[in-house]
Amino acid sequence: MTDITDLTVAEIRDGFRAGDFSAREVASAFNANVATAKALNAFIVETPDSALAAADAADAARAAGDLKPLSGVPIGMKDLFCTQGVQTTAASHMLEGFVPTYESTVSGKLWAAGAGMLGKLNLDQFAMGSSNETSYYGNVISPWRRNDGGNAALAPGGSSGGSSSAIAARLCPAATGTDTGGSIRQPAAFTGISGIKPTYGRCSRWGIVAFASSLDQAGPMARTVRDNALLLEVMAGFDPKDSTSLDLAVPQWEANLSSDLRGKTVGIPREYRPDGLNAEIAALWDQGIAWLKDAGATVVDVSLPHTKYALPTYYIIAPAEASSNLARYDGVRYGQRDLPDGAGLQDMYAATRAAGFGPEVKRRIMIGTYVLSAGFYDAYYTQAQKVRALIARDFEQAFEQCDLLLTPTAPSAAFTLGEKQADPLAMYLNDVFTVPASLAGLPAMSVPGGLDAAGLPLGLQIIGKALDEQTVLNAGLAIEERAGFVARPDKWW
Amino acid sequence: MTESTYRIQGATGEWEVVVGLEVHAQITTNAKLFSGAATAFGAEPNTQVSLVDAAMPGMLPVPNRECIRQAVRTGMAIDAQINKWSRFDRKNYFYADLPQGYQISQLYHPIVGEGQIAIVLDEKNPDTSTKVIGVERIHVEQDAGKLMHDQHPTSSYVDLNRSGVALMEIVSKPDMRSPAEAGAYLSKLRTILRYVGSCDGNMDQGSMRADVNVSVRKPGEAFGTRTETKNVNSVRFVMAVVEHEASRQVDVLEAGGKIVQETRLYDPDRNETRSMRSKEDAHDYRYFPDPDLLPLELDDAFLEECRASLPELPDVKRKRYEQALGLSAYNATTLTADADTARWFETLVAEAARIQGKSESDVAKASANWLLSELYGALNRLGKTLDTSPVGPTDGAELLALVADGTISGTIAKQVFEIMLETGDKPAKIVEEKGLKQTSDTGAIEAAVAKVLADNGDKVEQYRGGKEALFGFFVGQTMKAMQGKANPQVVNELVKKGLAG
Repeated sequence: MTDITDLTVAEIRDGFRAGDFSAREVASAFNANVATAKALNAFIVETPDSALAAADAADAARAAGDLKPLSGVPIGMKDLFCTQGVQTTAASHMLEGFVPTYESTVSGKLWAAGAGMLGKLNLDQFAMGSSNETSYYGNVISPWRRNDGGNAALAPGGSSGGSSSAIAARLCPAATGTDTGGSIRQPAAFTGISGIKPTYGRCSRWGIVAFASSLDQAGPMARTVRDNALLLEVMAGFDPKDSTSLDLAVPQWEANLSSDLRGKTVGIPREYRPDGLNAEIAALWDQGIAWLKDAGATVVDVSLPHTKYALPTYYIIAPAEASSNLARYDGVRYGQRDLPDGAGLQDMYAATRAAGFGPEVKRRIMIGTYVLSAGFYDAYYTQAQKVRALIARDFEQAFEQCDLLLTPTAPSAAFTLGEKQADPLAMYLNDVFTVPASLAGLPAMSVPGGLDAAGLPLGLQIIGKALDEQTVLNAGLAIEERAGFVARPDKWW
Repeated sequence: MTESTYRIQGATGEWEVVVGLEVHAQITTNAKLFSGAATAFGAEPNTQVSLVDAAMPGMLPVPNRECIRQAVRTGMAIDAQINKWSRFDRKNYFYADLPQGYQISQLYHPIVGEGQIAIVLDEKNPDTSTKVIGVERIHVEQDAGKLMHDQHPTSSYVDLNRSGVALMEIVSKPDMRSPAEAGAYLSKLRTILRYVGSCDGNMDQGSMRADVNVSVRKPGEAFGTRTETKNVNSVRFVMAVVEHEASRQVDVLEAGGKIVQETRLYDPDRNETRSMRSKEDAHDYRYFPDPDLLPLELDDAFLEECRASLPELPDVKRKRYEQALGLSAYNATTLTADADTARWFETLVAEAARIQGKSESDVAKASANWLLSELYGALNRLGKTLDTSPVGPTDGAELLALVADGTISGTIAKQVFEIMLETGDKPAKIVEEKGLKQTSDTGAIEAAVAKVLADNGDKVEQYRGGKEALFGFFVGQTMKAMQGKANPQVVNELVKKGLAG
């Protein structure tokens, strides 16, 4: 019999329904993998009992003929989602020991659909990072290694690095991610899995620790496009508790999956091919174009002229919102409190925030505070909002010529841990291809396309029109079928 | 429009004071601006707090429709521009009573634009002493919580009951020129808010408070530098702040000093203002649009509903009382100064008209006089208000009807009213049981008149000699002899007849 932990979400769901195995067997198998993968440091909290309890409920439901969409499927939960009764830290010292009395809307929907929780996944602190090196709970290690015989620890990407690492290592068949500037797509690309950031507003942000409100979106991460489609169907939906949530019906993405792209036009944005683009990335991109043509699509060159301003715009807007969103962590009501002897209120704030936030979080709070300050606001924040509108208009104009865009997900394969830590700008450049779609609120997905010469996965990004996740998923499926990506990391952990 | 003649006499001549008020009015709703939590006043600390109000991680604000509706209705009541597109901004600063680390407010695009409020400076001559004060804007924002410094020897406690409560900030133009104008503006604003029902106006409970901006200048010159005295919580204190702060500024300027733009606090015990912080160490609030909230867009149906739900407003009501009901300007002003009083009065008039089968204008004057003198006198004496009055408008109307149809005299009515206050009995029952019905029995009254005239022969002579003012004396004596139960008109006639001899 195949190892249950090699199955996709759809295979687990269907096999469980068919009676091939019990939900308890599934949960136990993944619990066992989680328990022996400490070296990856993918989890901040492991919740094997929770996974088993959900499995037992699923087994009972199956006996009663009362199956739900995700009955029998255990998943990992990024530790940015508040989970009732289970510590939620956003990978910060600030929230160490914080146990919410409430459940985020998205995680609540997953549990209500029958899914079980294997644990809370590590991430970059407050989702700020592209390598999962900013977590207070230590780096997440990618299960992948270069084929050069060395054993350099590689970044799983960030901020959803615990999610990507755990899925690639078969510690869970799927996980939640959140994506502010690429935090689902880039880690998916780095670890040879798929992940989709839906249209802004598809998934409720209620109960997700906020990084940058106008950009944050939850989405699924899994090994196949189908798994992403079926998970997103459960996660999405209007939530009256989130004013920015879209009051729209959730489409049947899984049922409407089709890799037949006849009649679709794919735009290739020329600004995503800068001088000096990594040759292997460029080659994979060309391969991706060929695959989509093979699936019946027409390909056109398009221009997104303001692309080069996307990264600076993002690194003004996201820190500005973060500086305000993170003001609530002040030591007064919950989480970390440092109260030196004889300290007054201001001293408590300073001590608490100095100890509670890591360097990258502090850097972004300071950048955000600066760009919102009197005298700088118009030059930075107002200007950035204008550019953001221009970037969104670029996409609108491009979508007059095409139905979707194909680009690389990241400018390189996974880098070694520590490689870019000393240079924040080099780290930020990793988001160069993912940030524009975030600024425009568009659905975007990364699917694995192949391996580079070092044996590391590379991803392709599909960007769609607002609300057109279906075309994004369908194009992803077309690539998935043609890429035949079956590579997996050799187990060393 | 009247020009203020209020001046401060300084050593260097006359100074004019310029006042603008920023009034924070708590919107009357049972839920907070962005959360479903309740807003009861005086509840145990931290019992009116939702996850949103405590700014727990991942919590998001959702605007409360009723708060928006009340702000729009208030704007309409002061004839203001209603902005169909407005937006919420974050005002960022750290304080222990501000869980989010920012207050959600509206800096750049408030929901209500320019409007105006007419104030009356002489209640006896409302039409000739009206001054119009401009309102710059009304915006909606969250209140903060409260620090409690008296619970622990070395720490302060935080009560978040008020955190997130909806406030309207109503910003006037610098159009007031005296303490009296500032007081009249605040009173009038409170009256309007109470009419509209958007704020209960209870300043002693903190549901309405004013930041008082004061500057002084030589008449005709440009505005001087202003100071802002925060959180003043009564009309009287606002007037005191204007008066005190203006004199202080004149003293500083005449001593060769400069006014510093600063925030000050009022100490009612010492009747003085003290500097709190100057502009130099003012916060940089880093306002920016709240990314958790979409812009607020109001549709025509919503605006129409808001407009249709507005009650008759005090200025219109006052004019109607004068013109349609025939009340004096003073009585009309007094009766309309408070929505509850006007409501009570209108029930009284309606009941009186119904019982007597007359029109409202026929009974309005007597009703107004009785309410303002008899009822108010009694309530003052008893330390009660209209809300807690032992006599309701229907019983009052019945009492007025007994006087109007001659069943009892005005004098007896006062006695009956006293008994009503004590026992709560119906006036007709009291009149019946106590035998207070007035008599029109001319025989009995004639006999009484004859006795009074006989007993006061000297006065009769004086009267007949031209001292006609004595007429009232004979009437009074006759009424006394009849124990007040004689019909005064009959007494008048018979006294006249007797004196005519």
